[in-house]
Amino acid sequence: MRCSREGVSLLRKTEIAVVGGGPAGLSAALTAVRQGANVTLVDRDPILGGQLVKQTHMFFGSKRQYAAIRGIDIPAELIAALEKEGGDRINMLLDTTVLGYYDDGSLLIEKDEQARVLYPERVIFATGAAEKMLPFPGNDLPGVYGAGAVQTLMNVYGIKPGNRVLMIGAGNIGLIVSYQLVQAGVEVAAIIEGAPKIGGYLVHASKIRRAGIPILTSHTIVEAKGAESVEGAVICKLDENWNSIPGTEQTLDVDVICLAVGLSPLTELVWQACCEQVYVPELGGYVPKRNERMQTSLPNIYVAGDVAGIEEASSAMICGKIAGLYAADDLGYSNNMEQLSAEFNRELNELRAGEAGAKIRQGLEKLSGGGRVC
Amino acid sequence: MLEKTGVPTPEQVKRAAPTEDRLKKGPVAVVECFQSIPCDPCQYACNQGAIKEFVDINDVPIIDHEECNGCGICISQCPGLAIFVIDATYSEDKGLVKVPHEYTPLPEKGEVVTGLDMAGNEACDAEVVKVQSAKSLDRTPVVWLAVPHDCLMKVRGFRRKGGAE
Ligand SMILES: Cc1cc2nc3c(=O)[nH]c(=O)nc-3n(C[C@H](O)[C@H](O)[C@H](O)COP(=O)(O)OP(=O)(O)OC[C@H]3O[C@@H](n4cnc5c(N)ncnc54)[C@H](O)[C@@H]3O)c2cc1C
Ligand code: SF4
Ligand code: SF4
Repeated sequence: MRCSREGVSLLRKTEIAVVGGGPAGLSAALTAVRQGANVTLVDRDPILGGQLVKQTHMFFGSKRQYAAIRGIDIPAELIAALEKEGGDRINMLLDTTVLGYYDDGSLLIEKDEQARVLYPERVIFATGAAEKMLPFPGNDLPGVYGAGAVQTLMNVYGIKPGNRVLMIGAGNIGLIVSYQLVQAGVEVAAIIEGAPKIGGYLVHASKIRRAGIPILTSHTIVEAKGAESVEGAVICKLDENWNSIPGTEQTLDVDVICLAVGLSPLTELVWQACCEQVYVPELGGYVPKRNERMQTSLPNIYVAGDVAGIEEASSAMICGKIAGLYAADDLGYSNNMEQLSAEFNRELNELRAGEAGAKIRQGLEKLSGGGRVC
Repeated sequence: MLEKTGVPTPEQVKRAAPTEDRLKKGPVAVVECFQSIPCDPCQYACNQGAIKEFVDINDVPIIDHEECNGCGICISQCPGLAIFVIDATYSEDKGLVKVPHEYTPLPEKGEVVTGLDMAGNEACDAEVVKVQSAKSLDRTPVVWLAVPHDCLMKVRGFRRKGGAE
């Protein structure tokens, strides 16, 4: 009799492992399978799409990169294309977390409390970003949430986070989540922003303003009030040097304080792999160094999307395509390289060309130290 | 100031407004998008060529009011909800403002609502003349509001009298 080890496949080989199934990872996987490579796409969530599954608003950006389509509808198109064109060359592992990277290039993955090892020839990290916290007294009270958590509660599970919200941060995320709160029937008392100007797109700001929500620039939070949970928030004005102006404190009657003060790249795995990283505030913190192929200092590791610098879904998708293209190229799948790479780079440059892309351009300049990066 | 408060300045609103002559000819779109951002669906939405072709995706949209027939197709294609159609020829004492509206429940036809200005302040009463919510609008319904003529360049949203937006 033969001993059966069915279901205990501890090892698995693949040509390219894509870690993270947000817009960057999905696009990387799609491009790589189109080129002919075998791809394993791993995501810790039960559904693919990353941040996009929470974005019920219409997307900005280029019509070609799905602008005016709602964020939640974009993954479906990419997944359908992956299934159709990938055939048996694509393998999607959901509910599966990548726990570690080893020096021999293998990945430790966990699903249903079972550990397995994946042996890819190339890895593309597209793990996205984590939300930043803000220090203030009372920030550990129940009722203080990150904007991502509020979005997940509302848009994925249909649960209201509370009745009256103070939003901190007037970047795009703060503005959009405020809008979605109002859509869900939750009152937003105000959006406060430390900087003297609104950071997000002004069309978003205007649409929130006409719903009657005040946007207070040069304002910050002093403390959260409440015994068991948030019962109010004290805010105050800031002078041009970001110092609180005494006597300007006011208390807002809110039961939720929502933080939308920025994202930082989720680089744990990249750190663990010892890819060289550089601190670039314009890109959200430490980001892996990479060349114009999205290849890190370790030649078998590529990055794409927010993990490579906080930007947008549109650019995350293009960077994903570039990473997928070159990871496949590295393995000998080199169809149409010149044309595709020219096309992807042109799209990316167009996106980053304007005023809104200035910060990203500055960050990339710092990252490259004069060289060429994507 | 727009960058500080989210409310466009009177100068910006004036620059976006069609001329009196154009208003007399019938419905026309106003595009209240004043910042250079990487966004371009509006130019593809218009098949009249009224919204000038972008050279760069970061261009601020420019509309030729003479080319625009006021069809309103662009309203629900703009992710910034920054395009409205104004029809000054609706009646003797009232004109129409067609606004994108993503709050539920939608108002009823004939309902009187409170018209809100760009800062969210009450501007005037407005009558709901039509609610367009076809599937092709992709969940951005367009509500037609009848308001006094002097409120045409003011009203950009509304609140239902019951208290809901
Ligand atoms: C409120 C809000 C509004 C936005 N609006 C717009 C907009 O209008 N236009 C626009 O272009 N962009 C917008 N964005 C930005 C956009 O959503 C992100 O830039 C984009 O999702 C980044 O894509 P990504 O693939 O890099 O990361 P993500 O979408 O974050 O995906 C990362 C994926 O990796 C998975 N993952 C992470 N670590 C592991 C691990 N160890 N093992 C397995 N899986 C892992 C995660 O589960 C996740 O699915 C918005 C973002 C927010 C928060
Ligand atoms: S209203 Fe119609 S014609 Fe006028 S800009 Fe919009 S789509 Fe073009
Ligand atoms: S689609 Fe709307 S937000 Fe985008 S550029 Fe055109 S008018 Fe501005």
